[in-house]
Amino acid sequence: MSKTPPRVRIQHGDFDVSREIAALHSHDPRVGAVCTFLGMVRDRNAQGEAHAASVQSLELEHYPGMTETSIERMIDEAHRRFDIFGARVVHRIGVLAPTEQVVLVAVTSAHRGESFQACEFLMDYLKTQAPFWKKEQTPHGAHWVDARVSDDAALARWGIAARNA
Amino acid sequence: MKVHIKYFASIRESLGRGSERWDTSATTLGELRVALVQRDSLDNHPLAPGRAVRIALQQRMCEEDALLTPDCEVAFFPPVTGG
Repeated sequence: MSKTPPRVRIQHGDFDVSREIAALHSHDPRVGAVCTFLGMVRDRNAQGEAHAASVQSLELEHYPGMTETSIERMIDEAHRRFDIFGARVVHRIGVLAPTEQVVLVAVTSAHRGESFQACEFLMDYLKTQAPFWKKEQTPHGAHWVDARVSDDAALARWGIAARNA
Repeated sequence: MKVHIKYFASIRESLGRGSERWDTSATTLGELRVALVQRDSLDNHPLAPGRAVRIALQQRMCEEDALLTPDCEVAFFPPVTGG
C-alpha cells in the first residue's frame, strides 16, 4: 500500500533532487513536464561589496505548523491558477553551509509553460508568505537577514499584495 | 482572556523568550501588541510602534484589527526571509 507522499516537507537533513522528482511524476503518465527550482546557500549576503563572500553559515528558523499549512495553501492556490498535476516543496531548517541545498520546488504539468509559471509563483509566494527566517554568521558576527522589497514586488506580479518587507 | 503568544527570530531573541501564556484585556492583535510593550517596559521593545512586525492569529497572517478569541494562538515575528 503506497500512500500519497506529503506535498510539503520541512527537514534538517539534505534531500535528493532526483528522488524527489521521481516521486512526483513516476506514476503519472500524463506528465510531460517537470519544472524545478533549487535554492542554495550563497557565501555572499545582500549587504553589498563590503561583505562579499563573508557568509560562513546560515541558520534557518521556522514556525512549526504554520509554515507547513501556509505552503499547503499556496500549493492549493497554484493548482487553482495553473493547469498542473502535482507540486512538492522541500525546505531545510537549521544550520547550513555555503553550497548546501536549502529549498526545492518541483511542479509537474502536461506542457512546460504551466509548470514554469507555477514554479515561479510558488517561489515568489514562499519568499514573502511562508514563516522562515535566516540568520547569517559572518566574521563580523551574526545578523538576521532583512526582507527584500524586490521579493514583495515579485509576488505583486501575480496580483497578490505581499505586505512583507 | 487567556492567549498563547509565540515569538520568532530577532523578536524572540530580543525578548529572551519563545512563548508565553498571558491573560489580557486586549481584544485585537493591535491592542495586544500595545499591551505587551507597556507591560515589558523595555528599551527598544521589538514590538514598539514603527518596528517591522508581522502577526499571525491561529497560524494565519493577520492585520492588527483582527479579533482575539479565548485561548487563541498569536505569533509575532519580523518580515519573513525563507527560500
